[in-house]
Amino acid sequence: MTVEEFARLWRERRVSAQEVTDTCLQAIERDNPRLNAFILVTAEEARQQARIADEELASGLDRGPLHGVPFSLKDLFDVDGQPTTAASHVRDGHVATSDAALVNTLRHAGAVLIGKTNLHEFALGTTNEESGYGPVRNPIDPARVSGGSSGGSAVSVATGMALATLGTDTGGSIRIPAAACGIVGLKPTYDELSCDGVVPLSKTLDHAGPLTQTVTDAAIVYQVLRGLPAQRTIHARAANTLRLAIPTPYFLDAIETDVRRSFEQAIEQLRAAGATIGEVTINHVALTPAVYVMLAFGDAAPYHAVALDTMPERYTEPVRLRLETARYVLAEDYVRALAGRDLLRRSVDAALSGYDALILPTLPLVAPALGTTTVEIAGRQEPVRNAMLRLTQLFNVTGHPAISLPIARSSTGLPVGLQLVGTRMQTSALLTLARTVEQTLGALSA
Amino acid sequence: MTVEAWLKAAIADAERRGLPQLTPLLEGLAQSMTTLRKASLTERAGGETHDR
Repeated sequence: MTVEEFARLWRERRVSAQEVTDTCLQAIERDNPRLNAFILVTAEEARQQARIADEELASGLDRGPLHGVPFSLKDLFDVDGQPTTAASHVRDGHVATSDAALVNTLRHAGAVLIGKTNLHEFALGTTNEESGYGPVRNPIDPARVSGGSSGGSAVSVATGMALATLGTDTGGSIRIPAAACGIVGLKPTYDELSCDGVVPLSKTLDHAGPLTQTVTDAAIVYQVLRGLPAQRTIHARAANTLRLAIPTPYFLDAIETDVRRSFEQAIEQLRAAGATIGEVTINHVALTPAVYVMLAFGDAAPYHAVALDTMPERYTEPVRLRLETARYVLAEDYVRALAGRDLLRRSVDAALSGYDALILPTLPLVAPALGTTTVEIAGRQEPVRNAMLRLTQLFNVTGHPAISLPIARSSTGLPVGLQLVGTRMQTSALLTLARTVEQTLGALSA
Repeated sequence: MTVEAWLKAAIADAERRGLPQLTPLLEGLAQSMTTLRKASLTERAGGETHDR
């Protein structure tokens, strides 16, 4: 069931929030032992919130489109009275004393908070394998990764453990697991949604956003979190008005065959529907990984310095080593990276000139098997982390809104995601465009 | 500090701290530093002053 469907059926009194919450809790009981999506399930609190939502609606109080909707939260978001683990034993014993800003918004919107989801430790990774609470597994093939770092969140929505979830995205951590698990993931424009009360990775690059089953659901959650006039559906444009640009060099240089085939088919379908599709070059794009790593490491190092010195054994080893490396970044190189960010932002702005959005795959590969450290794509061998970040991290550096939606299955049955990147501060326009693309290509649920 | 001098000092410091496993990660970071420095992204003393 989608958020949109629930909102309609609930107000027609054909389903109760308590029934849907119980269905989510049953899915958690059934599937979580093998998928490991949740770190904390707050079943009793969720049932109580659902009961209150039902009573409020019965008494005539309607809090809007998220009222009564079961939500999960990536375990970086503070919830008053609950631990925020960041999937790390570094934070053992922590209990939040207030809600994160977005959690507070969800509470006022009447959402039902069902639990906290597993992630790549401190959001520093793309696979969700390195977690103090064990790896999250892909629901389509549990021998494969969920993608990360918001992997538990993605799995919770893909399997009906929640109708929607909040994640964070520093280099692709909403879009990557959304693509790997076959759902929708939205990274709004930088700083549109508050990260107050969220454990940071890099305050320069962190974005909060929703993962949902459909673009419409992502739009509904985004509108509520932004405080925009709430709608219970969004309308698509005519496909023949779309102007899309494929960024060609760099992004499409090394793509797995299945992903390339699915992407090319989607482009052909959009062209057949009348969309204008051109090609653009993003100047200086090859600087992206260097700019990204310097900003992410430079921001992460001071946050983790004390814990690295006093309790290093509480980190998973790969995350600890990356954070120790981060401590060697020089101030002058961090400042160069800030200048590189400005340059890249102008380059993406220029590439979007005359177009509604950039269109490209979300990942260059389908979800890799657990334990994979390097991949070979188009004859190029590289660390799996670098490959998984390559198509998404630029838009964290520049702050442009970006969304991933499922478009196909690979020959092995794994989801393939399509990424659309819009103009800064025009996230709502990107969502309308994404709804049009979703409708034109045909929805593909997990 | 040149990238070469930085890398040598960083590896020596990591080994002194009992973290020889950092060497390949530091070598990767050195490549990123080199990329950024070659791109001449910032103004230089003795060069033109850019409009602000």
